[in-house]
Amino acid sequence: MSTQTSFVTPEAPLKAYASTAGAAISSLSRREARERPRAIASPKDFRTEPGPVRFVIVALAVSFLTIFVVLPLVVVFASALSKGISAYFAALAEPEALSAIRLTLLVAAISVGLNLLFGVIAAWAIAKFDFPGKTFLVTLIDLPFSVSPVISGLVFVLLFGAQGYWGTWLQAHNIHILFAVPGIALATIFVTFPFVARSLIPLMQEQGTLEEEAAISLGASGLQTFFRVTLPNIKWGLLYGVLLCNARAMGEFGAVSVVSGHIRGETNTMPLLVEILYNEYQFVASFAIASLLAMLALITLVVKTVLEQRLDEELIPRDDPR
Amino acid sequence: MTIEVKNIVKKFGAFAALDNVDLKVGKGELLALLGPSGSGKTTLLRIIAGLDWPDTGEVRIDGEDALGHGASERHVGFVFQHYALFRHMTVFENVAFGLRVQPRAVRKDEATIRARVKELLDLVQLDWLANRYPSQLSGGQRQRIALARALAIEPRILLLDEPFGALDAKVRKELRQWLRSLHSEIHVTSIFVTHDQEEALEVANRVVVMDKGRIEQIGTPGDVYDNPATAFVHGFIGESIVLPVEVSGGSVRLGGRPLNITADGAASGASKLFVRRHDMQIGPAGTGSLEGAVRHVRSFGPIQRAEIALTGGEGKTVIEIDAPRDRELQAGEIISLQPRRYRIFAAQD
Repeated sequence: MSTQTSFVTPEAPLKAYASTAGAAISSLSRREARERPRAIASPKDFRTEPGPVRFVIVALAVSFLTIFVVLPLVVVFASALSKGISAYFAALAEPEALSAIRLTLLVAAISVGLNLLFGVIAAWAIAKFDFPGKTFLVTLIDLPFSVSPVISGLVFVLLFGAQGYWGTWLQAHNIHILFAVPGIALATIFVTFPFVARSLIPLMQEQGTLEEEAAISLGASGLQTFFRVTLPNIKWGLLYGVLLCNARAMGEFGAVSVVSGHIRGETNTMPLLVEILYNEYQFVASFAIASLLAMLALITLVVKTVLEQRLDEELIPRDDPR
Repeated sequence: MTIEVKNIVKKFGAFAALDNVDLKVGKGELLALLGPSGSGKTTLLRIIAGLDWPDTGEVRIDGEDALGHGASERHVGFVFQHYALFRHMTVFENVAFGLRVQPRAVRKDEATIRARVKELLDLVQLDWLANRYPSQLSGGQRQRIALARALAIEPRILLLDEPFGALDAKVRKELRQWLRSLHSEIHVTSIFVTHDQEEALEVANRVVVMDKGRIEQIGTPGDVYDNPATAFVHGFIGESIVLPVEVSGGSVRLGGRPLNITADGAASGASKLFVRRHDMQIGPAGTGSLEGAVRHVRSFGPIQRAEIALTGGEGKTVIEIDAPRDRELQAGEIISLQPRRYRIFAAQD
């Protein structure tokens, strides 16, 4: 009897109908209603799981996240600050650390900038025009997601390395791509290419071409149409893609590791430096750099949440009656 | 301005959306392109606007070849079924758009643009909405803003694609009358596409009836209603009773029984007899060509609509007629029917 009533929520909105609706539920509650006519038994809500089940599921999810996300994050900051705040800032002020931060920012700026351009062009082409090979192009855009980053890096070594296809030519002309900034930028661009295009294609497809047609019929040129109509309509989606692209560009390890050459103070990005310092038992310095990347992740997360709300507004065609 | 369309063919794969279409629209006309969905009417409109391109043919606006120019150079106002207002701009900026994107050499100064937009918003009687966003407007208001936006560029012609299609019945009726009076005020040559015959007949000076990529008939609203040129037009415009008949040497037979009407010059063979619902004369049994039992009567307003099961002929043919209420029909009653006005077209298949 007690288990039967424990799931009954007293403030269920159907309370008024309880005497009739409850009768249909089970003989047990019917008997109860007869025995204690004052106690109104609300009908059990079958739309959702029983309370204990819900509790267990939520608890599982929360503890999983705590162990795998929150704890490591705490450890990163705790280790970085284990020798005090001055040691933390001293580690960040090391020339090697500063050089890594500079390089990471530079590479991120280059790859985000170029992928912004490529991504918008690719999404524009795919969403607004029909052409043969379109499906193939869409698949191609996803390629960097499905290939291991190490393989992506290796491709550039095969192309630009001393033994690579263009290696001898590049050497002869004294052009340094591998083990230099261009190589790192190329590998990062490759790995982060899908983000902008992927976040724009569904948005642009959803919005269709009606507003563009209206703009053109009003005399706007192609560029005017793009900057005055298309771009304002996709700005939140674009920012969203740029944000994810930036987070990945700064955090990329595998592909960059292959092409960087690990020249200290020259071709080490922040993620690479974290590994090197850790291997050299400089835990405070290693976790100090890691804490910067962790903060980037946290900021990205907050901005992403805000952008997702804006994006929802963009996706729902606001002036469409359908 | 005049519009001339010659031999337009447009195919989407194997499907011919437009099959050799010719059309001339005179200065200041308000023309309706009427047809079921898939008849090619919207495609034709988009080709005139430059939003679609024909496979072959010619489009002339005011005698000048239009196919040599893109949509942005044609100075054609286009109103979309789903408004296509710029969602991130205010109503004011929507209407001003066409003026702001003009080449620098001809672009008006800000004060002139503002005055012009104000004037257009007054014209569509929505000046009080200037600072709202499209999402804050009702459907009818959006469509009027879309019209003001199209008129802002002082278009040579105005094209409207199912302009009232997305609106509810009451707003539709209001906007119809409003469009008519607006047209008589500004007199710009206009074509509007609709699948709603009532809309076409009520608003347009001339109606072009289209089916399967071809023009079936061009005429005044009275013309296409009273003198339909083809079986399709008769069936599509107005409610018709259609009976399969046999024409031989001037006489018309329904299921073997001769009807007391002349073939009106229709060729011999299997044919279809078209009669408007209200063109069936009702009489006591035994006085007309057709006879039937009243199955069901509904009366509303000045008419009664009766469902009648015809006797004789093959199987059971049930027709609906509209009769004046001077003689109330009763269910079960046997009456005779005589077509007052009718048309006979050869059965196509």
